[in-house]
Amino acid sequence: MSTFGSKRIVVGAHYGLRDWLAQRITAVLMALFTVVLLVQFLMPGELGYDHWAAIFSSQWMKVLTFVVIISLAYHAWVGMRDIWMDYVQPVGARLCLQVFTLVWLVGCAGWAIQVLWRL
Amino acid sequence: MTSTTNGTAKKRPVYRNINIFTDVRTYRLPPAGFVSILHRVSGLLMFLLLPFIIWMFDNSLTSEISYDAFTNAFVAGIGFVPAWFVKLVVLGLAWAYLHHFIAGVRHLWMDATHSVSKEQGHSSAVFTLAASVLLTLAVAAKLFGLY
Repeated sequence: MSTFGSKRIVVGAHYGLRDWLAQRITAVLMALFTVVLLVQFLMPGELGYDHWAAIFSSQWMKVLTFVVIISLAYHAWVGMRDIWMDYVQPVGARLCLQVFTLVWLVGCAGWAIQVLWRL
Repeated sequence: MTSTTNGTAKKRPVYRNINIFTDVRTYRLPPAGFVSILHRVSGLLMFLLLPFIIWMFDNSLTSEISYDAFTNAFVAGIGFVPAWFVKLVVLGLAWAYLHHFIAGVRHLWMDATHSVSKEQGHSSAVFTLAASVLLTLAVAAKLFGLY
């Protein structure tokens, strides 16, 4: 089964499976991050800068956040592509929106990683 | 097809996509349908507001000075944007995130267990809608310093 070139298979079972699976796996990673963050965020006690910054100060939280930024970009790409494929039929407009989506996500991911790196 | 069947055949139901201009106001979605479309709407909302989310991430964490600038946005607004609108957007984002999160877990749970029935689809959808609003209230209370 070829996934590229002139003889690639673009129909039938498993077409799109990779994106579907990637969306689920990245979702699990982000759900884990959400639970970790939400539990610490909702703890009783005043939420000042010290408490908030302490959550992101440990190395494992930084690594988890980094993984989540990458996951989010991939996850949002799959989801946004689904939206464009469903609602935007003209090929040119769809291509433009898909390019915009990629530029937007790569730019945002770069910015977020830069912020995370210098904490 | 013969003429005898043509005359007596009863009208078959026609299935078509709903149209946003003619059907949306009269089309009654089940709770699972609301969860589904809100999953998409919340995802799109967060995608479009990503720069604002990263701005908050940056300012709330970088230093105590930037943290003050972050909290000040809820009191004095950002530039020409009034504070109430900043609060509303942040509330909307908190809801979008939590709804997307719970609806996503519901998806994963359905994928993993194959426990898909009409009743479970209904009850888990109602749970998703209610839990996301309740969690949003909890997050908002914390964010705006109520507890």
